[in-house]
Amino acid sequence: MTVLFGIFLLTLVVITALAIVHTKNLFVAVMLLGIFSLLIAANFFLLDAADVALTEAAVGAGISTVLFLGALALTSERERAATPHRWLSLAVVASATLVVLYATFDKPTFGDPNAPVHQHVAPWYLEKTPEYVGIPNVVTAVLGTFRGYDTLGEVFVVFTAGIGVLFLLSGGGPAGPPKRQARPDGSAIGLRDDLIPRVVARLLVPFILLFGLYVQFHGDYGPGGGFQAGALIAAAFILYALVEGEGRTLEALPRSALMALTVAGALLYGGVGVAGIVLGSEFLDYSVLASNPVTGQQIGIILIELGVGMTVTGVLLSIFHAFAAREQT
Amino acid sequence: MELVLDIVSWILLSAGGFFVLVGGIGALRMPNLYTRMHAASVTDTMGAVLVLGGVMVQAGLSLAAIKLAAILLFLLITSPTASYALAHSALLAGVKPDSGCAADPEGHP
Repeated sequence: MTVLFGIFLLTLVVITALAIVHTKNLFVAVMLLGIFSLLIAANFFLLDAADVALTEAAVGAGISTVLFLGALALTSERERAATPHRWLSLAVVASATLVVLYATFDKPTFGDPNAPVHQHVAPWYLEKTPEYVGIPNVVTAVLGTFRGYDTLGEVFVVFTAGIGVLFLLSGGGPAGPPKRQARPDGSAIGLRDDLIPRVVARLLVPFILLFGLYVQFHGDYGPGGGFQAGALIAAAFILYALVEGEGRTLEALPRSALMALTVAGALLYGGVGVAGIVLGSEFLDYSVLASNPVTGQQIGIILIELGVGMTVTGVLLSIFHAFAAREQT
Repeated sequence: MELVLDIVSWILLSAGGFFVLVGGIGALRMPNLYTRMHAASVTDTMGAVLVLGGVMVQAGLSLAAIKLAAILLFLLITSPTASYALAHSALLAGVKPDSGCAADPEGHP
C-alpha cells in the first residue's frame, strides 16, 4: 500500500515538475513549486521521515513561496523568451537523466533491511540514543549531538546566505518598475484594507507563534526543531506584515532586533560548542554541561536548537523585509 | 463496538472522498474562476470535515483526536478566508463574475 501511495505521489511530483518547466507565467510556476514541495513533503512523511516532511512543508511550501513572490514583485511575471542552443541543453539534460536512471539499477529495493544505509551507523544511533542522550526522537539526537558539526555548518550556511542576500538587496541601484496593481485613485491594493482577512490573520498570528514555540521545544519528543520552528515563527510575522503593513511589523520586531537574533543564534550554537572545550571536553560535546552526562546532552540540544531557531527566524524575516523595502522604493 | 466505529469512520471517509472528488471535477469543468472556486470550496468544507471526522473516529478519545479537531478548526477558519481573499482580489483585478469560459485567459487549467 505504501509503495502504491509512493508511486502515486511521485507521479504527481513528476507532472508538477513538467508543468513548472512548461509554464511561461512565473507566478504560476511559483505556485506550482509550492505544490511540488507539499507533494515531496507528503512523500517524506510516507517514508516515515516526519521531521524532514515538516521542514519541507514549512520552508519549501511556505516561506520559499513568499520569498519567490517577493522576488517576482521586483521583476516581471513573464518568463523571458528562450535562448537559442536549446538542443545543447537538451542533450546535457538527456544524458544526465540516462546516467541517473542507469545508477538507480544498483540501488537497493524499497524497504530492503540489508540496504547499506541501514547497516552503517544508523543502528548504532538507534541503539545508543536512549543511553547517551535519553530523548525519544532519534532524529533530533542525530542532528543535535551525533552530527552536531553538520548542523553547525547548516546554521552558518543559513547565516551566510542571509548576509549575502541582504548585501545584494540593500545596494542602491535603479528604482524598480512602478507598482503593477494600483487603483484608479492611486492607492495600492492590499489585504490591509480588507476586513475579513485582517481579522482572521490577527486571530491566527498568536496561535502560529505558539505552535512555532511548541515545535521548537517539542523537538526532543516529536518531529520538530529549530529549522521548522524558525520558519513557522517567520511565517507568523510575514502574515502580520501582509495584513498590517511593513511598518507595524518592523515596530514589533525592528531590523536591529532581527540582526541581533541572527547573530545571537549562530553565536549561541558556537558558544555551546566552545563551552564544551572550556569545561574540559571536546568541541560540541554537551556531556560536560551538567554533572550528569545525559542531562548535559539534553541541555546542549535545547540550547543549540534555540540557536538554530533564532538564526533561521532572523535570516528569513530579514530577507523578507529586504524584498519588501525594495518594492517600496 | 469496534466494528461499529470502523463502519462509521468508513462511511465518513468515503463520503469525504466523494465530496473531494466532486470538488475536483467541478474545479476542472466549471466555466469561470468564481464558479470554479465555488466548486472547489466543497473540498475545503464538506471534504475536510468528513475526512477529518472519519480519522477522528479512528483515533478515538486521545491526544491525536484533539490535534485533529484543532486542525479542523484551523481549516474551517482559514479556507473560507482564503477563498474570500482570492475572489475579492479577482474582482478587484477585473475578472467579471458573469463571464463564460473566456474569463481568465491565462494561468488556469
